[in-house]
Amino acid sequence: MAEEPQVVEAVEEAPKKPVDPDFEPEIIVFACHYCAYAAADLAGSMRLQYPSTIRMVKLPCTGKLEVIHLLRALEAGADGVYAAGCLEGECHYLKGNLWARKRVDYVKKLLAEVGLEPERVEMYNMSSAMGAEFARVATEFTERVKGLGPNPLRRHGVSPHAAAREAAKDVAMPEEAPAGAASPAPDAASPSAATSQKGPAE
Amino acid sequence: MITAERKPFDEILELVDGRKKVLVAGCDTCVAICLTGGEKEAEILASELRMKAQADGREVEVEHTAAIRQCEWEYLDMIAAKVEEADVVLSMACGIGIQSMAEKFEPKLVVPAVNTNMLGMPQEHAVWLERCGACGDCVIGETAGICPVVRCSKSLMNGPCGGSHDGKCEVTTPEKEDIDCAWHLIWERLKAQGREELMYVNRPPKNWSKSSSGGPRKMVREEAKPV
Repeated sequence: MAEEPQVVEAVEEAPKKPVDPDFEPEIIVFACHYCAYAAADLAGSMRLQYPSTIRMVKLPCTGKLEVIHLLRALEAGADGVYAAGCLEGECHYLKGNLWARKRVDYVKKLLAEVGLEPERVEMYNMSSAMGAEFARVATEFTERVKGLGPNPLRRHGVSPHAAAREAAKDVAMPEEAPAGAASPAPDAASPSAATSQKGPAE
Repeated sequence: MITAERKPFDEILELVDGRKKVLVAGCDTCVAICLTGGEKEAEILASELRMKAQADGREVEVEHTAAIRQCEWEYLDMIAAKVEEADVVLSMACGIGIQSMAEKFEPKLVVPAVNTNMLGMPQEHAVWLERCGACGDCVIGETAGICPVVRCSKSLMNGPCGGSHDGKCEVTTPEKEDIDCAWHLIWERLKAQGREELMYVNRPPKNWSKSSSGGPRKMVREEAKPV
């Protein structure tokens, strides 16, 4: 009888990359107008705390998201990018969010090819009623990106948010000004920018 | 239409290694339809190359463009200015387009970013099946509109062979699972057409000199040549 293979030596776990406590990631969120964008608004109304690391690009549906939009944001130095669409089966345009997931998965492959971490991109699903989920996802993804460290492609003076907006300009929707603001802040973190400040939740 | 698949990224990197100005040139005809080498894909590859160069600390300028058809001189004129500026052109067109570029812009270095693989038909969105081998001597009039040259794994002219089981070909690999036996399909369709007798015709060996085996082919239509 053949001998059972024996474990000869345990492989030592790779040391964890030290997390820089001062690292504030810049994260681009391609958010669907029908769900995640409204969920962000709701999170604001609910006075939920979420990190100020996220910058939104509003789409009529995540189905409008293209591979190049994600790449342009990363190329401009975004530390992470995610798409937030409706719950599966609840897309306003039936399958837009399923297309988006495929494109995000494809970008993961492309990132692996160029030697960047595929974990820098992700697809999330939520409904417009899930303000708490929006805050949770923003927090979770921010923590993930903090663990990965800064995007090595970051360059001084290049705005990933501006690059993402420029890349998606043909499909992105205009964003409303935060309540009380005279004009839309060009880099407003979310429709409820006022609520995205750091600090303990009340 | 002509279909192609993008080469592995590492191979592409080797092809442009050491060049400072790279132009990724898509083609907006066949390879755009098969979602491999149109302007969109050229932009994606250019972005990938820039990211890779930057991550490696190399200074490389990568731009992208696309010709409506890389296989025609007139359309190449439209992208000539960008080509002239590049150290290397990474063409995403089929083999015809890549060679047209290399000839038109000689001695410019033009390298392929794709592998041209077949004359295929989109069976459904994002799935292509080989349908024609451009053999130069079409027989599908006798074979119920089904090409035995490319759809029979052995290119048999008098099939099926003994490897046909339940309508499937014996050739099966992880990439090519579930190939229909072309001669089984031919038999079924000939029956439906009431032309079974064609199955009993003994076809002599095919004249392959009309395919690429006879050397590079040339087609001239004298009546259509400009006066």
